[in-house]
Amino acid sequence: MPDKRREYALNAVLALGLLLVPLWAYWAGSPFTITVFTRIAIFALAAVGLNIALGLGGMVSFGHAVYFGVGGYVAGIAAQHAFNGETFLGIAGANQMLIIWPVAMIAAGLLAAVIGAFSLRTSGIFFIMITLAFAQMVYYFAISWPTYGGEDGLPIYVRNTFPGLNTMRPWNLFILCWCLLMLAIGAFALIRASRFGAALMAIRQNPDRVAAVGISPFGIKLAAFVISAMITGLAGALMADLSRFASPAAMAWTMSGELIVIIILGGTGRLFGPVAGAAVLVGFEVIFGGMTEHWRLWLGLVLLLTVLFARGGIVTLIAGRERLG
Amino acid sequence: MVDPVLSLSHLSKSFGALKATDDVSLTLMPGEIHALIGPNGAGKSTLIGQISGRIAPDAGTITFKGRDITGLSVAQRARLGLGRSFQISSLIPEYSARRNVMLGLQARQGHSFRFLKPVMHDRRLRDEAEAILAKVGLAGRASVPSAELSHGERRLLEIAVALALEPACFLLDEPMAGMGAEGVGALVDFLRGLKAQAPILLIEHDMDAVFALADRLSVLVYGRIIASGSVEEIRNDPAVREAYLGDSE
Ligand SMILES: Nc1ncnc2c1ncn2[C@@H]1O[C@H](COP(=O)(O)OP(=O)(O)OP(=O)(O)O)[C@@H](O)[C@H]1O
Ligand SMILES: [Mg+2]
Repeated sequence: MPDKRREYALNAVLALGLLLVPLWAYWAGSPFTITVFTRIAIFALAAVGLNIALGLGGMVSFGHAVYFGVGGYVAGIAAQHAFNGETFLGIAGANQMLIIWPVAMIAAGLLAAVIGAFSLRTSGIFFIMITLAFAQMVYYFAISWPTYGGEDGLPIYVRNTFPGLNTMRPWNLFILCWCLLMLAIGAFALIRASRFGAALMAIRQNPDRVAAVGISPFGIKLAAFVISAMITGLAGALMADLSRFASPAAMAWTMSGELIVIIILGGTGRLFGPVAGAAVLVGFEVIFGGMTEHWRLWLGLVLLLTVLFARGGIVTLIAGRERLG
Repeated sequence: MVDPVLSLSHLSKSFGALKATDDVSLTLMPGEIHALIGPNGAGKSTLIGQISGRIAPDAGTITFKGRDITGLSVAQRARLGLGRSFQISSLIPEYSARRNVMLGLQARQGHSFRFLKPVMHDRRLRDEAEAILAKVGLAGRASVPSAELSHGERRLLEIAVALALEPACFLLDEPMAGMGAEGVGALVDFLRGLKAQAPILLIEHDMDAVFALADRLSVLVYGRIIASGSVEEIRNDPAVREAYLGDSE
């Protein structure tokens, strides 16, 4: 089978598997399974975001957790104020996901615009370190802000709502997350195929050449960085609603690392790489996390094997290397 | 009197104690091929780097189409119409030859912030890219990733990408380096036709090619231009013969 066909088949298996297992769990009455798959969908969504910056643009952001965390805090703060009737800088709270999602995306995007404006002037190890430093700054700010829970984080007593659905039901929340993930993957595919994507992927390979034809790499990279953060921020808002908790830990550097791990495991720059990678990560967490505190050790081993023997991750292992045309 | 397309005035650049560019002034007139020759390490590529904007000169100005471009970025200069080829091929390795040229076309049109339309399905862009590839003799190799092209083919693709920009002047840094005699001959013919489209600042070690093509020659040694003139004048210039052409002639 040609590589392209194989990749389509793999993508279909991943998309449908992610949908059908929870559907089965719904009939079988296993809300835990549904919640596990909701986690996979949300992590995958966050990683689809990072995949734009890292996979297409080659920007190894080691601070993407900050957008994930900011998305979560938007959901948490909005819910808290909707609950207690107070305001945030004069803005009323909201418990409507359709309001919270765009706000979370805009907040993450604005933050990324600021961080990107500084960090995208650098590259390589400096870029990694600067994105990490900015993320840690925001993290320490969050844990030292008592109004919104400080180190304890911010509970969400009642999940934010979506018209026509009861988001307190696991299946309803899952289907929202799955649909958003598919939309994001669709957006990723569009971007990758577009003129913007052509410039972005070219910058990853040879920024000097791109500048020499007259395309300024900085503007393209900044736009990609902001889009990337917006998607990860949306995932963060969903995660806060899933766990009913906006956590500063979502912003910690370990979370940034996990997002990168997901991408490397799944296949950097591959359309469904984040889904495959998130399934492995959450799978390890669920299966081995119950047995040992050191499940990350085993995950680390798998990561090492991937980097050493399967450079392009799971998708490349199954569907071969990507040809950009 | 016709204005030069490109003119360098008193350009200087040092790397530590090394003067790579030492008070260089030169012009490129419409319709001409101005060849810049000189031994290895004379500072030819450094000069191209300053014209294209990758290297900032310590002193001096660069004027292009009547405008001082000394402070502009690489991309800004390219958009104004400076098209260059690199001494060491610098392409997008995973992109096919066609897609490398399409990137140049996309850049020329200035439409890189488009997110919806799939670029590889853009018939007009593909056709135009393939027409350019055919001009340089790469028609049959359009779908091959540039990393898999032969050395000579990559040199030609460099030229094709520059053509896609429809520049107001070409800066070609050793386009014939590493090409076989047949390839050099074909490229000489091609460049002779190209200068009608836009003037060329040509750096080249292949003296037969240079003498066949150049309307004007400048000789760079240790960062300084030691002579400038017609092919005949340079051939007979004693300083040049000693410093550069010396033994080989
Ligand atoms: N970034 C740099 N830092 C320090 N020295 C440099 C740098 N770039 C070039 N040089 C030095 O400047 C001098 C001129 O180099 P340049 O590449 O311009 O020569 P060239 O005329 O193009 O030579 P060739 O014919 O070998 O291509 C050389 O001595 C080179 O070592
Ligand atoms: Mg050189």
